[in-house]
This record gives sequence, structure tokens and C-alpha cells, in this order.
Amino acid sequence: MITVYVPRDAAALSVGADEVATAIASEAKKAKKDVRIIRNGSRGMLFLETLVEVETPKGRVAYGPVMASDVADLFRAGFLDGKAHKLGHGLTDEIPYFKSQERLTFARCGITDPLSIDDYRSHGGYDGLTKALSMKGSEIVEEVTTSGLRGRGGAGFPTGIKWKTVHDLKADQKYIACNADEGDSGTFADRMLMEGDPFCLIEGMTIAAIAVGATVGYIYIRSEYPHAVKVMREAIEIARRANWLGDDIQGSKRSFELHVRMGAGAYICGEETSMLESIEGKRGIVRFKPPIPAIAGLFGKPTIINNVMSLAAVPIILAKGGAFYRDYGVGRSRGTLAFQIAGNVKQGGLVEKAFGVTTRQLIDDWGGGTATGRPIRAVQIGGPLGAYLPPSKFDVPMDYEEFTKVDAMVGHGGLVVFDDTVDMAKQARFAMHFCAVESCGKCTPCRIGSTRGVEVIDKIIAHDNRDGNLALLADLCVTMADSSLCAMGGLTPMPVMSAIRNFPEDFHRAAPNQFLADAAE
Amino acid sequence: MAKSKAKFSDVKTEVVAAVPTSAEIAALAVCARHGNKPDELLEILHELQEQIGYVPEATLTAIGKALNISRAEVHGVVTFYHDYRREPAGRHIIKICRAEACQSMGTEKLCDHAERKFGIKLGGTSADGAYTVEAVYCLGNCALSPAMLIGDRLFGKVDPTRFDTIIAGLAQEAAE
Repeated sequence: MITVYVPRDAAALSVGADEVATAIASEAKKAKKDVRIIRNGSRGMLFLETLVEVETPKGRVAYGPVMASDVADLFRAGFLDGKAHKLGHGLTDEIPYFKSQERLTFARCGITDPLSIDDYRSHGGYDGLTKALSMKGSEIVEEVTTSGLRGRGGAGFPTGIKWKTVHDLKADQKYIACNADEGDSGTFADRMLMEGDPFCLIEGMTIAAIAVGATVGYIYIRSEYPHAVKVMREAIEIARRANWLGDDIQGSKRSFELHVRMGAGAYICGEETSMLESIEGKRGIVRFKPPIPAIAGLFGKPTIINNVMSLAAVPIILAKGGAFYRDYGVGRSRGTLAFQIAGNVKQGGLVEKAFGVTTRQLIDDWGGGTATGRPIRAVQIGGPLGAYLPPSKFDVPMDYEEFTKVDAMVGHGGLVVFDDTVDMAKQARFAMHFCAVESCGKCTPCRIGSTRGVEVIDKIIAHDNRDGNLALLADLCVTMADSSLCAMGGLTPMPVMSAIRNFPEDFHRAAPNQFLADAAE
Repeated sequence: MAKSKAKFSDVKTEVVAAVPTSAEIAALAVCARHGNKPDELLEILHELQEQIGYVPEATLTAIGKALNISRAEVHGVVTFYHDYRREPAGRHIIKICRAEACQSMGTEKLCDHAERKFGIKLGGTSADGAYTVEAVYCLGNCALSPAMLIGDRLFGKVDPTRFDTIIAGLAQEAAE
């Protein structure tokens, strides 16, 4: 029997992976070959999707990007024996894009069958939890603190400190809430992990629960991710049946129940307190802090809120020790980050690397330049609330503190590449417009500031008292940054001001911008 | 103008048994399946919309009663989230991503194309009731932009030509 891997990841499906799998099955039948097709997660080389792999004595051999129409030709070339073909890339593990990464969180993604708990176990899965079950809660928290892990959702708050707060509180009920409301454009790491290695997230959440004494957890997944929702729900059911969730986990007398909650298309619900409201079945209106959610979170109880990437890093930290994880990275940014190279780029995908790698390395060495072949003009880093950086700042190392120094943020590790046709005044306007649409409306700077921001940028574009309006916009941005309740209004000035600072020429054109006509329409 | 003075005694009161509509019955059944728990309101609304295509105004009171919350609270949730529809949509709901990564790969052209093709603006439904086209902000397919979601089917690298091919495929499926 020959084993062939065809990803079930949504990105692969979006370019025809299901059709490829069907074609392989029917060609195999015709050729009377005994082929077993495993629907794995994605390896993260999304530019090669659909990436088909064949198990050979030497290892897994990759072909991509494969379309259903290529399958007959692949069979003729003998791809089932790993033979050469114009879509062939040799051994998957030797592809430079993949080989040069440091896969800790994504160690299994794309390699295993996402819904096989045996596969998961045989690739180191549940080693972390098994160890955690023999430890005291405070020891688990200590291990996470040692690792230097910081919140991967963007804020970068030390995970160990958050856990310790919840651990030290006495309460009749505590919760773990996983933020899988990955709404930032240019990010897809959470989705890839949930679809490609769901047990890793389940294990991370279970360790968190055991560490702080929580017995119920929620994963809040955005509705734009129907595939991830489905896989997570199935995986939870499988884990429950195998006694890795539920009562008396593996005979440890510890219990943990896990539920999936699906969002309903509100970007703001990625903000932690808004997410709590949403899990409680309410409008996603941001809460005042204090009290912080660690003290009074979900249903008023102590709650750990962590991003998918933070929780998915926990199993390996427990399995190999906090020091192992801490030894990756630079400065106070320890471990690895799953960078997502997206937008106008030739080789888009997920690259897990230790902190310290630069934007230039990511977009040149991995990204391979723009898809359009034109020069890169800007890269937006850290989502729609992140800064637009020009090539002169591409050598700043990926490090929370170094990025703060250049008025930017690493965020969730998403990089969106733009070529030289981008109009930065238009991008600045979009940032304000997006904030106006997605603001929860609770605080004035965000709710009204964003609408005024769009109007002022329209005037700047139309050459209406440009200098005066640029000063007004800068002032408005200070107000929003300093007095908004949460990061939505507080960070919207970042893309806006970075566009003005780094690309002033787009705001000082000799003639009014054609874009105004489109915008006014 | 002379006003007629109506007395209470003039008003004919008719006792009408409040017959629940089929939508209300469906809503109550969904609520019951979720244990009438108010924290499951989002899930309840998703499921109801999945069944009847939108969240009819008439169901808000019923849901509120079932979950022991006010109609206003239900209304608040329905109107806060972009996903919930208050009116029926086309048979196919096409969500085109307009966020930054897709912008960098020309999603604006794709949106224009879709608008022209169906003679609508984003958010509208084609005259034959077959297609509703909406903008969304990020489908998590940012390395294969522009992206589009139709039902639960995700598409990547969608340019106007591929868009037409996909729509033709849908029409063919419908015909079969």
C-alpha cells in the first residue's frame, strides 16, 4: 500500500485540494494501485498548495502546486514511486523554505493526520500533559514562566504572570478561554494549527486548566473559519472519547471540559473582554479594566485568556522544559513566532522562526519578492492595527521591544506585502474606515474619532487645507491612542500615522488624488 | 374638523389566541436544544439562521422568553453582529474578502466585477434571487489572495475570470 498525503487545510481546499484527492483516488483505481490517501494539515508552504506528498522508503516526496488536471500526468511519471516530475520538489523535509524553519509549535502540522490521536501520540503529543499531570499547579506555572512565553495575540504580556494570578486566586470556578478570533488580515496561523494539529491546542488548554485549577474551557473561533470550527469540534469529541478530556483525565482525578463557541463576524470580539461578553451570549462590547479578566473574567470568575498560539506553545514547553523554549529568540522575546507571509508575495506561507529574524529575510528569503514582480513598497506588520513599514525599516529584528522603538508592533506575526502601486493615503483611510465599521461603540475616541478620521483624510486627499488637516489628523490620532478603552481605537492611529510618517509623498501630491472620486462615489 | 370621540366601550375587543408562527416554533425548538441557556444565544441564532436563512423579527420575542432575557437584549445581539440577517438573502451567499492582504492582490477589481456581473452593490442580492454578494474582512487565506467564501466553500487566487468559472459551476450544480 502506498500512502499519499493531500491536505485538508482550508487554504489547500481553496485551490482545489478536494478535487485533487478525488482525482488521485480515481486514477489509482484505474491503475489498480493500492493507495491510501491521508488528509493532513498544511506544511505551510501555501504557494505550493495543493502540495501532494507520497511516502517513499527515503521519506515523503513533495509535488506542488498540483491541480486535479495534473494528476493523470503525475501517475504517468510514476509519482507513486517518488519519481521526477516538473511539479516535483524532492523530499519535503529538504525543501529550503521548510528546512530552514524552527518548528516548535508547528512541529506536527502537515505531518500527521489531524484527527488521529494515535498519530498525535506517536509524534510527541500529550507528552507535555502527561508530565503536567505529575506536577503541582505552581510547578507548571513556573515552567511556563521560565520559558519566557509572552502573549502571541499581539500584546506580548508574559503568559506565566497571567497564569500565576489565576492560580493564586481562590474561586469556586475558574475558566480557560482561548482566543481564536483571528481577524487580522495577513494572519492564518491559528486557523492552520486548529485545522492541522487540533490536539495540540486541546493539550495546551488542558495543561493551563490543570495548572490553575480550571475545569471548563471555551475556544472562541470566528465564523469566517468554518473548517477550523468543524475540525476542533471533532477533535474535542475524539479527545473526550479517549479520556484526554472530561472527567478523571487518564486516571489523574483531574477534569476538564472544553467547548467551541463560534463568533458572528465582529472583529472587535478578538479584544479579550469583548470576547468574554460574546461567549456569554451578549453584544461584543468592551469591558472596563480593572478588574482584569484574570481576576473577574468569564461569568465573573477568574479566567485565563490566551491566544491559540500561546496555548499551542505550552505542550512543548512542558514536554521539553521551559529552558529549552527560552533558548530560542532574542532579548525579552523568547521562543519562536509563526510568521505569516501574505498579500502580494511570490511564496506566501507560514514560517516559524525564533525571534530575531528580520522582515527583509522573511519577505526576500522565504517570500521571494512580490507576486506581481514589481518592487516592494510597504509591508504592514501585525494586522490592520499594525504599522506600514518602508524598505528602510526591513532590517529591524522581530522583537517586541525593537519594534516598539520604530513605532510598530510584531503583533500576531502577520506580514502583508504591497508593491509600488499601493496608495498609502488610501490605506490610511481604510484603517480609519475599518475602525469606524468595527468599533463596538462604547468609548467616544474610537466610535466618533474614527468617523472624523475618515473625513479628515478625505479632505487631505482632496487638497482641502492640507497642512491644517494633517495637523488635525495627528492630534486626533493622539487622542484616540491615549484615551480609547481598548486596542481597537488605541492602535488604529498606528497604521494611519505610520503611513504619513513613512510615505509622506502620498499625502503631498501636486494634484488631488483620483482616489477621492472613487471614495466619494 | 370634527373628531369622533371613541369610548372604551366602543372598542370591540377580539380575543385572539396567539398562534405562534412556524419561525417562532423553530426558534423555540432551537432554544430548547441549547437548554434555553442565555449564554448560548449566538449559537442559537446561528442555528436558526442556518435553518430559515435569516432571523425573522417575529422570533426575537419568543427567543427572549425562552432564554428569560428581554426582547431588547436579543435585538441587541442580532444587530451587533454582522453575520445575522434580518431579511432573507440569495440562494448563494458570496463573501469576498476586502481586507489588506486581498487589497494588495486586487480585490477591489474583483468586487467591481462582481457588482457589475450581478448589477448590484456589495450587500445586495441579484434580481433573480440567486446571489447575495457581501464584503468580509479576512478569511484567513491571505497567502492565496484574493479570497472568497461561498457557503462553507473557500476559494483562493480569485480573479474575475476564476470568479466567472466558479459562478458558472454553481449554476451548473443548481441545474443538476
